[in-house]
Amino acid sequence: MSDPSPAPREDEPAGARVDLLAALKEAVITAAVAFGLFALLIGVRTEQGPTGALIITTRFGPLAAFVATAFVGRFIFAMTRHRFTVPAKFLVPQAIRQAAAAFSPYLAGALLVFALVVPVVFYGNSYLLDLAIQIVTYIMLGFGLNIVVGLAGLLDLGYVAFYAVGAYSYALIAQDFGLSFWVCLPLAGILAAFAGLLLGFPVLRLRGDYLAIVTLGFGEIIRLVLLNWQNLTGGPNGISGIPRPSFFGLPFTASENGFAATFGLNYSPTHRFVFLYYIILALALLTNWVTLRLRRLPIGRAWEALREDEIACRALGINTTTTKLTAFALGAMFGGFAGAFFATRLSFISPESFSFTESALVLAIVVLGGMGSQLGVVLAATVMFSGFEFFRQFDQYRMLVFGAAMVAIILYRPRGLVSTRKASISLHRRREIPTDAVDRTQSLGPA
Amino acid sequence: MSAPPVLKVEHLTMRFGGLTAVSDLSFDAGERKITALIGPNGAGKTTLFNCITGFYKPTVGRLQLAHAGGETFLLERLQEFRIAKDARVARTFQNVRLFAGMTLLENLIVAQHNTLMAASGFTVFGLVGSPSYARAEAGAIEKARYWLDRVGLTDRADDPAGALPYGAQRRLELARAMCTDPVLLCLDEPAAGLNNRESEELNGFLRALRDEHGISILLIEHDMGVVMEISDHIVVLDYGIKIADGTPAQVRNDASVIAAYLGVTDEAAVTSDATPM
Repeated sequence: MSDPSPAPREDEPAGARVDLLAALKEAVITAAVAFGLFALLIGVRTEQGPTGALIITTRFGPLAAFVATAFVGRFIFAMTRHRFTVPAKFLVPQAIRQAAAAFSPYLAGALLVFALVVPVVFYGNSYLLDLAIQIVTYIMLGFGLNIVVGLAGLLDLGYVAFYAVGAYSYALIAQDFGLSFWVCLPLAGILAAFAGLLLGFPVLRLRGDYLAIVTLGFGEIIRLVLLNWQNLTGGPNGISGIPRPSFFGLPFTASENGFAATFGLNYSPTHRFVFLYYIILALALLTNWVTLRLRRLPIGRAWEALREDEIACRALGINTTTTKLTAFALGAMFGGFAGAFFATRLSFISPESFSFTESALVLAIVVLGGMGSQLGVVLAATVMFSGFEFFRQFDQYRMLVFGAAMVAIILYRPRGLVSTRKASISLHRRREIPTDAVDRTQSLGPA
Repeated sequence: MSAPPVLKVEHLTMRFGGLTAVSDLSFDAGERKITALIGPNGAGKTTLFNCITGFYKPTVGRLQLAHAGGETFLLERLQEFRIAKDARVARTFQNVRLFAGMTLLENLIVAQHNTLMAASGFTVFGLVGSPSYARAEAGAIEKARYWLDRVGLTDRADDPAGALPYGAQRRLELARAMCTDPVLLCLDEPAAGLNNRESEELNGFLRALRDEHGISILLIEHDMGVVMEISDHIVVLDYGIKIADGTPAQVRNDASVIAAYLGVTDEAAVTSDATPM
């Protein structure tokens, strides 16, 4: 292990004293910030008195405890900081890293096999099956958003809009025209793709923060339209009684012409869960296959080139308008498929399900997984939702743990769980390129 | 100049609000010739490049590009991606613009986007893996390999472009421009930041492009060693106005060029308005 900045040793009194002073100063500043933060949050409390008037009570004890904790914590951290400067990779023993490296090429395959046998393994546990369906739905959404954000580099904060368009398209078409799930599914995807184009046109000239703000607005517009267009969408009441998918015309009911009776099985509601699971798994795998395929076609390379440098793209004769629009439309289409599935699974939808939180969650999956990485999306979605469910029992600490996990990832894996990019084509041998090994210090605008 | 010019710039003016960056500029760039644009900083050279490659729309003027087959394009009317795609004008940038996270090979394949896009049937045939697309892709790889060989970067084909040293990044950008099969290649300070040996190599490479591949080159350069050695024709700009236009020997001895570069006393400036054509 070669650490370029060795920690000061005990036998250097001068250095140690300076360190002590600096650490004290840091701790004082931290304590001051903590005081500023907590003075009103914790130090002061208002309660309703017997006459209905508010009574201010002060809590100096807890406030002092918080400030003291911040002071001591920061002081200890500052004094022992050199122990934390060791890169994260040295914290993990060599043997484990080697084992992980040896296993990583098989990870995707292992996950696929696992995904296929989930309904068999957890057949009796409808809670876990439902969770698995939910995870795969978000994986599918993550794949879709990965095209827009991860490949084309267009930050989209309103992705849930396409999810909503897909869900409502399916619900309305299936109810009003009585078409089956398999006819409605592509229609929902196409309508969502049109919504993607609709969003794409006005934001063609925008990049970065500006694009993020407009897409955020677009997501809200769609939600508000759904909420207020009472006679089409039912407004806040949503749409209920959405037809559920059938197995080649056999409904999953206890009736005589149902799925169970036809195959001579005992009726069990689990059949439908298993069926739904395989539908969404197939959709997610299709999305994954298409995305991996597109990455190796000119359109996919143009998306990635667009993410790297839009001006160079135009100088090479790439039509950036169509390139951006196809990314928006295709990402939206997969979001629409997921939305249609969501509607048929719950058989009830309302605008509440399509809030900004959903967009943020899907974006978090893509970013945590590592932008552009399909495997990263799978890992991030699985870890995140498993974590959510696991910490459900400690409900009040759930968000605390979530926040701490985010901070840990920012510190140790700033480019996401999978921070390598596989070249789409190679002359000698294909290999993984760490996404942070690249110098991106380029100025903007044509000189 | 006997051969018809590949690029005719006529009365080009580019204004940004009250600032006139290029003023009533006319010159011809000869086919299979290296034309250099020189002038002090802020003379309007890069602005002219941005007009030619469509990043700016000129305020006034005409930019006519002629292919050897007789087809002509009015560049000021084309969208920038059409200038690269149809008129086949390629450019490099003053501050290198590579796709830093992608490999060298990918950079050169992206440059062949339009050919491959057509071959992939606008993604439809490519998605189902048709053999005709596979052939087109193999051809694209061959072309990329050829240009990587020419700029001496074949060994690093699978490294990310951003990891290359500066000189190599410049060479890669040149190779990427060549992968678009240009008729006219516009190079914005290709020798900037190169050492003597590297700029020697660049001279040889540009001559080879002209002589072997029949490329016409338009060049902005501050390095007079490069300019005087390889240019067939030099256009000198100062404050957006053409002050000289001719062969290297003519330009070198032109009084107004010397004045623009070195400054003059007041008496000398009065007599320095003769510009040989």
